Amino acid sequence: MGAEREPERGAERVVVGDKRKLRLATASLAGCFGCHMSLLDIDERLFELVERVDFDRSPLTDIKHCGACDIGLIEGGICNAENVHVLREFRSHCKVLIAVGACAVNGGLPAQRNHLDLGQCLQEIYLTAPDIVGGKIPNDPELPLPLDKVHPIHEIVRIDYFIPGCPPSGDAIWKFLTDLLDGRTPRLGHPLLHFD
Amino acid sequence: MTQPSILLDGLPVPFVDGQTIMDAAMAADIFIPHLCHHPEFKPQGSCKLCTVKANGRYVSACTLPARDGMEVENNSPDLNDKRRTLLQMLFVEGNHFCPSCEKSGNCMLQALAYELEMLSPHFDQFYPNRAVDASHPEVLLDFNRCILCELCVRASRDVDRKSVFSLSGRGIDKHLIVNAESGRLADTDFSWADKAAHVCPVGVILKKRSGFAVPIGKRRYDVEPIGMQVERLAARSADEES
Amino acid sequence: MSEECFDAEELEELLRPVVERHNGEPLQLVQILREAQEVVGYLPAALLTATARALKLPRAQVEGVAGFYSFFHLTPPGRYRVLFSDNITDRMLGSGELLDRLCNKLWVERRKLSEDGLVSVDTTSCTGMCDQGPALLVNGQPLTRLSGERIDRISELIRAQLPLGDWPAEYFRVEDNIRRRDTLLSAEWPAGEALRAAIARGSEAMLAEMKLSNLRGRGGAGFTTAIKWESARRAACHTEADAQAGARYVICNADEGEPGTFKDRVLLSSYPDLVFDGLSVAGFTIGARKGLIYLRGEYAYLLPALRENLERRRRSGLLGRAVGGEVGLDFEIDIHLGAGAYVCGEETALLESLEGKRGIPRIRPPFPVTAGYRGQPTVVNNVETLCKAALIAIRGGAWFAGLGTKQSTGSKLLSISGDVEMPGIYEYPFGVSVEQVLQDCGAGNAQAVQVSGPSGVCLAMHEFSRSIAFEDVPTAGAFMVFGSHRDMFEVARNFAHFFKHESCGFCTPCRVGTSLVANCMDKIGKGLGTQYEINQIFKIHRLLHAASHCGLGQAACNPLFDTLQKFRPAYERRLCSLDFEPAFDLDQALAAARQMTGRDDPAAHFGFAARLPGVAS
Repeated sequence: MGAEREPERGAERVVVGDKRKLRLATASLAGCFGCHMSLLDIDERLFELVERVDFDRSPLTDIKHCGACDIGLIEGGICNAENVHVLREFRSHCKVLIAVGACAVNGGLPAQRNHLDLGQCLQEIYLTAPDIVGGKIPNDPELPLPLDKVHPIHEIVRIDYFIPGCPPSGDAIWKFLTDLLDGRTPRLGHPLLHFD
Repeated sequence: MTQPSILLDGLPVPFVDGQTIMDAAMAADIFIPHLCHHPEFKPQGSCKLCTVKANGRYVSACTLPARDGMEVENNSPDLNDKRRTLLQMLFVEGNHFCPSCEKSGNCMLQALAYELEMLSPHFDQFYPNRAVDASHPEVLLDFNRCILCELCVRASRDVDRKSVFSLSGRGIDKHLIVNAESGRLADTDFSWADKAAHVCPVGVILKKRSGFAVPIGKRRYDVEPIGMQVERLAARSADEES
Repeated sequence: MSEECFDAEELEELLRPVVERHNGEPLQLVQILREAQEVVGYLPAALLTATARALKLPRAQVEGVAGFYSFFHLTPPGRYRVLFSDNITDRMLGSGELLDRLCNKLWVERRKLSEDGLVSVDTTSCTGMCDQGPALLVNGQPLTRLSGERIDRISELIRAQLPLGDWPAEYFRVEDNIRRRDTLLSAEWPAGEALRAAIARGSEAMLAEMKLSNLRGRGGAGFTTAIKWESARRAACHTEADAQAGARYVICNADEGEPGTFKDRVLLSSYPDLVFDGLSVAGFTIGARKGLIYLRGEYAYLLPALRENLERRRRSGLLGRAVGGEVGLDFEIDIHLGAGAYVCGEETALLESLEGKRGIPRIRPPFPVTAGYRGQPTVVNNVETLCKAALIAIRGGAWFAGLGTKQSTGSKLLSISGDVEMPGIYEYPFGVSVEQVLQDCGAGNAQAVQVSGPSGVCLAMHEFSRSIAFEDVPTAGAFMVFGSHRDMFEVARNFAHFFKHESCGFCTPCRVGTSLVANCMDKIGKGLGTQYEINQIFKIHRLLHAASHCGLGQAACNPLFDTLQKFRPAYERRLCSLDFEPAFDLDQALAAARQMTGRDDPAAHFGFAARLPGVAS
């Protein structure tokens, strides 16, 4: 019944239908890497993918910072300061940014902490839990500070496309990416579109 | 005398006097998205998913009586756009985490989101804080998923004659309540045998100790999109989802 | 007495006389809850249980009704419940600062009951005192013309726990502020004159005069009154016996909730006989034996005088049996009090509320003229409409049709407030230009006028030559003027929050949409908005306009749409970026963790606040 016209958040629309090899980056924020595992589930189609794209920052390449990219895939929601920095880096370097999976789309499992008070959580976990003696809330500057609430990524930056699912299947990710690479507005019909 | 008919997306659809646009469409096996409508209960027209254009005016298909010659627009980009926005409103208003919901795969809200290709909630989440009620021996109430369709309210009042459920509050604070001073379902005369236990289109009223029985891939809307299940939706009075 | 604990038996004792006064009638539930609350101070859970039992209603239904209306309290609200009127005109007169001042003086937090249970301070939707604001309600009684000095004195009175009756009477004075009189406000007929004239004409002829007058409803929609009356007169009652018993109803809609409107308040306080006469004439014409007045809860202070007046009419044979000496002509008038719900101004929501239910607009058709109060043929008319009908009974339809314009006959009362020298009531023949009105009320530097309240239209300077009439700028009466120094964004933001607060929550688009746009406006107000939010407002406006169940939702985004069209820079100067920004302050979102970890290093911060423009709060 008509594709969702989601990307009305203005901004540039990249033409990804041309034959130039595109750069693609991926990251997992407050997620479980399940969506990345699903990406690997495209199996031998990975060979086709690497013929059409070069991987930039991604767990697959171990590149630590995102360079100028055509497509960014973000798994997971935003639960801490580092998530925000990574997401902003992706937004400023990727022409098209895609939310992949339930956590990126609506906060998912991590967001189930949103009805709890963060201060009380930290206190209970590190100070008052029964088996804790001389506990201390970790305060090393290397550790990212948690935000008071978990947010889906579209509440932090503009997002161009969404692939829901927990995780989206390899087939769904493949369908979406090939649509995008071929210059078609990506569509997920039955049974590829699911939220669980 | 020929039977009166409406023109639904250009197709003549007959109706009998007293039928609404929704009744006529369902009888003709044509899908009009809906959540608060149920063929067995008095229409209430609150979810607005069934908004159609009749003779150029936006109306609720479930409440507007069909009139001979009425031209009705249903499956159009404009209407589906609006319906998708309504779904997104319902998704952000409550806490709809499908992966952890027992109703996933059998849920009308989710099935409609698939049907209308809703890929994201679009708006900022409200993340309301709503406690679950696990007091009843047979049934769990998870208010996080309530879309305020009032089907349980109508079923309990009009069929079970118990009025176990009602709505309180106003506006965005509107919420489902149960018929007990304690506010607990266990302190009402609710039973799993009630009609009201079997009409929730989403995952609020759940039978305990029986979740996730059907494997993914075999659930109602895994098998076939909701838009293809009009006949079952129309016959819901006999074949109720548990 | 609010923090006292009552046991169930005590509550039943307190409830019994209230229920008896209403003959245990479930349709009187809203009135019963109101009166029970007056006795008990609030509506404790056990009281709802007792009420349900007494009326043989499901408890959940009683709780549902109690939870719907703003003026019902399920928890103790304090012995002094202070509610500041939160219309934009009150704000422009400094109500926000006065509220803070009172909270500081009383050591209370807004919306929270003080620890000793003495007082709570909050806001409420427009109380209809815009011509003499800022205003507030204390335990339902209006206080007008607030000032810093007066607020200080009020805090002392509350702390001294002085009963309201011992507060200076001057504080409670409500002026009429009638500034311009035309045919209605210069009327000086004795009580019953219009009714006697109608009886002398006969009901058929009276209806004919109404048709001739072409009177249209003054509540805003402008439906032709004679058509309503004729439909209700012709419509079949449930049974023949009902018809014989005159089971038709006429209802006076005195739920004047549209922010900026207060003309009905003046009519009810200074022209009550004209209102009652109009209602009686309507009843006589359609064959009703019962008239009901739905008086908004904010105007409860008018109730004693109105009841006294009804008693007077009863004594002089204008009410009760054989009205005006006509054997067989019986007519009674009851007054119902609302309990704080703007949506009840919508006529079918009003009927639900009259029947003791949640004020949810009904599905139409059927319309009230065929199936209204108790399912019987019912006419619902605005206060001003009924006054006009009384005039027509006396002076005839042709006379009335000669006033105003062809499509908008007669005169219109305007409630003028905001940046004007002489706020108050102005009566004009229809067709008067906005410019003329502005000149008369002393609006020197107006940049905008909100006509007919938030659900009406916002006119900018280039539209001031337009005229007040159904065929040009229709209005229910509100006329709020904004001087050139006013921020039209804040005007629209106030209206957005008004609709969010007053949405009944029945349909999805209005329930969620009004919250979403209010959030968008707050985000823009905080300097965190982008073009994205502007687009959102337009998108939600289109949806609400198309898919909402009633006029409230359909109109809810009108003021935003209008101001975005006509005062766009007021929005744009607040936008922080053309890209997208979160609705919340990221740095603030780390504050809890910073505090718990004692960290203050650079990684424990976002340089967010520094990037905000000067408008950030």
